[in-house]
Amino acid sequence: MLNPHLKLNEKVFDADAEQKPTRDGFGKGIVALGEKDENVVVLTADLSESTRCDEFEKKFPERFFDVGVAEQDMATVAAGLGVSGKTAFISSYATFSPGRNWEPLRTTVVYNNSNVKIAGHHSGIMTGPDGATHQATEDIAITRCWPDIQILVPCDAIEAKKATMYSGSFYGPAYLRFSRDKTPLITTDETPFDPKKIQTFWVTDAPVATIFATGYMLSYALLAAKELEEENIHVLVANVAVIKPIDEETIQKLAKETGAFVTVEDHQVMGGMGSAIAEVTAKHCPTPIEFIGLQDTFAESGKPAELIEKYHMGKSAIKEAVKKVVKRK
Amino acid sequence: MELKQQHIFDLELKANSIRQEIIKTLLEAASGHSAGPLGMADIFAAFYFHILTHDPKNPEWDKRDRLLLSNGHICPVRYAAMALAGYFPLEELKTLRKINSRLQGHPHRTALGGLETTSGPLGEGLGQAVGMALAAKMNKENHFIYCLTSDGEHQEGSTWEAAMMAGKYRLNNLIQVIDYNNIQIDGNVEDVMPLEPFKAKYDAFNWHTIEVDGNNIRAIIDAVEQAKSIHDKPIILIAHTIPGKGVSFMENNYTWHGKPPSAQEAEKALEELKITEQKIKEEFHA
Repeated sequence: MLNPHLKLNEKVFDADAEQKPTRDGFGKGIVALGEKDENVVVLTADLSESTRCDEFEKKFPERFFDVGVAEQDMATVAAGLGVSGKTAFISSYATFSPGRNWEPLRTTVVYNNSNVKIAGHHSGIMTGPDGATHQATEDIAITRCWPDIQILVPCDAIEAKKATMYSGSFYGPAYLRFSRDKTPLITTDETPFDPKKIQTFWVTDAPVATIFATGYMLSYALLAAKELEEENIHVLVANVAVIKPIDEETIQKLAKETGAFVTVEDHQVMGGMGSAIAEVTAKHCPTPIEFIGLQDTFAESGKPAELIEKYHMGKSAIKEAVKKVVKRK
Repeated sequence: MELKQQHIFDLELKANSIRQEIIKTLLEAASGHSAGPLGMADIFAAFYFHILTHDPKNPEWDKRDRLLLSNGHICPVRYAAMALAGYFPLEELKTLRKINSRLQGHPHRTALGGLETTSGPLGEGLGQAVGMALAAKMNKENHFIYCLTSDGEHQEGSTWEAAMMAGKYRLNNLIQVIDYNNIQIDGNVEDVMPLEPFKAKYDAFNWHTIEVDGNNIRAIIDAVEQAKSIHDKPIILIAHTIPGKGVSFMENNYTWHGKPPSAQEAEKALEELKITEQKIKEEFHA
């Protein structure tokens, strides 16, 4: 059942469950931060509306900079602002930022320890019809290897606003990952956001495995858990909203408690959230893991739901992975 | 205000000291770049000992002018100038490029106060300068942002992205000084990938352009004064410099871009620089 302590959306499994894209939460988060703190500035590279900067742009035109189609410039200009008393959010598609501008970010933002928050949108194959050029499926891998950066991947639009606001509460670099399409609201305004802890969203007695999911894929993981329960297979579902620093303590606790993991992410399985979990288990508590995600391939154009099925990342793939990993215990 | 010739002599002596420290530092480090730092010694002397509003004992003072070094590989000249200006002891120059040093092979902002940026990867300084200039305008602060760049890094598209943006926002508090020495690792800039017509490019990007002899201290100071009076545009000083300046066998020879002198070469270089030092002193007292 849904963890009763987290005040989650009880209607999440309903056919008419409310849906919103996580990028909407980002847009609301930067406006809320902007209202609180006049040092919050936002930059985009010709993607204001589609990355949800437009409301901030309207409200605070003097603190909004559209650099044009120039992601390297967006990174370095933000780096200059970030060491000059500003909290600078840079907002673009993740393939371009932190993709195209990876090295300027590495040098001038991360190593330079500037107060810049990188918002990467259109992540994953969920980006759909635009095709693989615009589906960011390596962004976690290429940011997770940077020292001293926090990586936040909210599961829904509500958590996206909270994660955005949290990222504005500390000095230093952060990467925030958002997706394009509408996805179910899993949390509510009352759900506590804990940047230090992996929260268990689906709980059960005597679980035989833990499904770790990140981003909107959490909704698929919850559906899988619910259906598995009907087959008398009891699992936990954990929300990995913060991929770095990863909550090693909870991972070890869940390894002891359930002894088998499935990781679920809309990202290449190499270097993503699953890899982060595997690094912890390999070091402290070797545990069999099945990895759901893109299996070393680019995807293609299509409707998000079609792509999720074709690339074996949906509910039935997760259920199969659970059955498989339990046998490996 | 007309600068007294005595003051210019004094700055020339500073530039000469910077050059001597560069040679000693590179010899000790046994790696690093020679030509670029020597060519820029006059500009660094002018900045650290005349142009900049700064406080070596309080490198993060918020009213300081910001001096960014985008082409971080010439940092030996910056470190030498900073040490002579009192940011840290001269002795520390010997730690350049060595383990546990604040003097990283390419400058790292959080390692040493007063560097403003982490730099070395080319084409990234001007964008950061634009960010700092925007922040200063938003905060209604009056300091200047000086960004030192190289000609080679104008082959990076990101430099032009930043140039475009500075033009858009009419950042008159941003003064770029390009070290136009016409050498890069693989040869002469005009052979590898020509930048000319260079001034016309910046004119077209809505900058105010000033050409200056980058090895003439009086001319550099006058050009910066002129730049500070421009009210509607960012400014670039196109500083024509001689790479390896002051050491005859290094001057205008691109093979000295990326290597340090041997012990013998260093000795010869220091000998030449000491003769120049003596000449300036004689002129000074004449």
